[in-house]
Amino acid sequence: MKEIALHLLDIVQNSVKAGADHVDISFELSPEGVLSMSVRDDGCGMSPEFVARVRSPFVTTRTTRKVGLGIPLLMQNAMQSGGKVDIESEEGVGTTITATFHTSSIDCLPLGDLASTVATIIMGSPVKPEFSLTCVSPTGDMHFSTEEIRPVLEGVSLAEPDVVQWIQQSLQEEIEPILGGIMR
Amino acid sequence: MKSLAELEAIRKATLSRINVRTDEKGDTTRVVIGMATCGIAAGARPVMLSFMDEIQKRQLAHVTVSQTGCVGMCRLEPMVDVILPGKEKVTYVHVKPEMVPRIVAEHIVNGRPVEEYTIGAAENA
Repeated sequence: MKEIALHLLDIVQNSVKAGADHVDISFELSPEGVLSMSVRDDGCGMSPEFVARVRSPFVTTRTTRKVGLGIPLLMQNAMQSGGKVDIESEEGVGTTITATFHTSSIDCLPLGDLASTVATIIMGSPVKPEFSLTCVSPTGDMHFSTEEIRPVLEGVSLAEPDVVQWIQQSLQEEIEPILGGIMR
Repeated sequence: MKSLAELEAIRKATLSRINVRTDEKGDTTRVVIGMATCGIAAGARPVMLSFMDEIQKRQLAHVTVSQTGCVGMCRLEPMVDVILPGKEKVTYVHVKPEMVPRIVAEHIVNGRPVEEYTIGAAENA
């Protein structure tokens, strides 16, 4: 992956597949330049035994093939910047995955196009779950959630091209002042 | 944030378009994009947004864009299936955003698949 945002697009699929009703995404940039990306869902969760094995590239829930590279690739990129990946999960409650990146490292990926990623995520699952995005940095913060805009749309799908474009553009405007410094 | 009033306007415009739309299932063209780890890493996100963009520009009300997982041919990603009503599925491989306007114009609008971008052309090359 060339962007942290692409890893987000990838691992959010795990939450969607886990049947979550809510997926809360957050990006927090500390004054020291440590970026923490977390995805919290209320999906089916994982057993302690599965959590212990889930970092392996040879562990996956799909039945078509025996490999799953989403988490291993995320770990590789987090660790090469000096960061790490934490996974907390409880069966029937949900899962939280947190990846940290040291943005001052020359080996750290750029954040990339987070607005396009979130628009694509919402487009891919327009009915369920509800997604939220929170971004915090020393220069400001923002919050967005599909639950806020759904009532305005009154039944018009979140996957309508005009709506997707509105989401992408409004997120872009809001994220830029907060995390623009690490986007490229 | 861009205003919610703007979103409200989008809702009204969309509703009036949907009313015009002949909402029968057999009438819809489907665009399906591979969005698993392999597709994303190969560049599926900009391809997907290009399709949305092109469909919005041309106001194509009868086209839906959706995402699917990995179909096992990761080396050919980004892959896009275009399914016209009543026609065979056409699979495009190694799709780049620059290729999208042509696929939309020639295949989705005019019904002629872009042969040189298809999996058949790639596999025989």
